[in-house]
Amino acid sequence: MALPTMEIARQSATRGGITGALPPKDDFQVTKLIDVSKCIGCKACQTACLEWNDLREPVGVNVGVYDNPHDLTENSWTLMRFTEWDNPETGKLEWLIRKDGCMHCADPGCLKACPSPGAIVQYTNGIVDFNKDACIGCGYCIKGCPFNIPRISKANEKAYKCTLCVDRVAVGQGPACAKACPTQAISFGTEAEMKALAAKRVADLTSRGYKKAGLYDPPGVGGTHVMYVLHHADKPEAYANLPGNDVKISPIVELWRGATKYFGMGVLAVAAGVGVLHHMVMGPNKVTTHDEEEGKRIKEGT
Amino acid sequence: MAQSGGGYTPQVSRYTTGARINHWVTAISLILLAISGLALFHPSLFGLTALFGGGALTREIHPWIGVFLFFSFSGLFFRFWKLNLWNRDDNRWMANLPAVMKGDEEKMPEIGKYNAGQKFVFWGMSILIIALISSGIVIWDKYFYPYTTIDQKRVAVLIHALAGIGAITVWIVHVYAAIWVRGTISAMTKGSVTAGWAYRHHRKWLREEASKDRASSTPAQ
Repeated sequence: MALPTMEIARQSATRGGITGALPPKDDFQVTKLIDVSKCIGCKACQTACLEWNDLREPVGVNVGVYDNPHDLTENSWTLMRFTEWDNPETGKLEWLIRKDGCMHCADPGCLKACPSPGAIVQYTNGIVDFNKDACIGCGYCIKGCPFNIPRISKANEKAYKCTLCVDRVAVGQGPACAKACPTQAISFGTEAEMKALAAKRVADLTSRGYKKAGLYDPPGVGGTHVMYVLHHADKPEAYANLPGNDVKISPIVELWRGATKYFGMGVLAVAAGVGVLHHMVMGPNKVTTHDEEEGKRIKEGT
Repeated sequence: MAQSGGGYTPQVSRYTTGARINHWVTAISLILLAISGLALFHPSLFGLTALFGGGALTREIHPWIGVFLFFSFSGLFFRFWKLNLWNRDDNRWMANLPAVMKGDEEKMPEIGKYNAGQKFVFWGMSILIIALISSGIVIWDKYFYPYTTIDQKRVAVLIHALAGIGAITVWIVHVYAAIWVRGTISAMTKGSVTAGWAYRHHRKWLREEASKDRASSTPAQ
């Protein structure tokens, strides 16, 4: 593809990337900045996401909370999560609303866990995307993801999540959710632009009393291409259990897709090799004439 | 059975037809599981999914073969578990393992139907298959996704991978032993071995079988 945004940097289950792949470029990293402090919870982003991706969510059941649907689904790739949070410092109730969805990690756990070559790709601009033609529906991406994002479709048993509107970004548009947001809580641009914007917003929030306001861009996953401005950046967990700033790919997943892979193949190779060598050195263990005679004697009781 | 020149070689019956069918059904399932499992374990082996009609079908079929194997292996387990209980001869066999590996069984204690190595394969497979079916159910997302947390699934998928490697290793030991010790394979194909093979490797078992023969057929001879 000619458009630089669509160049693939890395793909799943493929050693050392792919031929002709460009390394991620610093000046072309895209970022979606979600300013939680500006969000009014209108769910226009959810609607825009369904609309652009031509998806529909079945009518659900109200269980007394605003979250609708109750969780991310194979159709709802983004979800407003509402938290009524009792701020212990001020004693005031705060209504925290976080737009959940794929964080587009620079070091994606899903891509590391995926066993199918090319089913998960990372473009040079930082977008992590699922390719449903190669997806086998094993759910390894769910185990790899530190943010609990991918969902397997019941209809075709393939994994789905936010694409960061890769199809729009490729033609110079911003994501549908950012376009629909009435308060401009969602911005989209290069990483440098978004970080500068976030710094301004953090300064503004700090001046207005949110002493711990900050940017959520967890370094444990190499940073993310979806970042949050949080008024309580020291307490990400308050925002509907957003993982802490030290979030990283589970060490069990790293062990499973890392050392275990080499160790396992090594063990099998050694076992087979020892067998071949043993046979070469010792020769077959054959029944001798003496054995046959003695065996016959016992068998026939003579 | 007549042999050219060597005279008559008596055979000792080792496995019933039922046991042999049970064994080969389990064997085929295990091989299919190993191939499909390895395909999803190491990216370099993903191409093996083509044997099952692609990645998605491999993912779909693998757990079902696993369930099938679990029941098929259970059949073998209940057939053979008693004969695989550890006894004093096994300790002596293990102590003489270096001699066994040299094919030098002259000084070994007389062994019953199974030696310690075969018992190791039996119990190793039994334990690993229990580990595989239980961890496998945890990661069988299609039917069991809601019952465990993602953290539990991560542990299960690691256990499943390690147990799978363990089971294939035990399988390699099993197959190699059957090839190296000539005359073994007929036990699972024809159902019998030569008396010489039995004398060399399982003398105590041969004596038991011979005395059983005499007990049951004395009037006729």
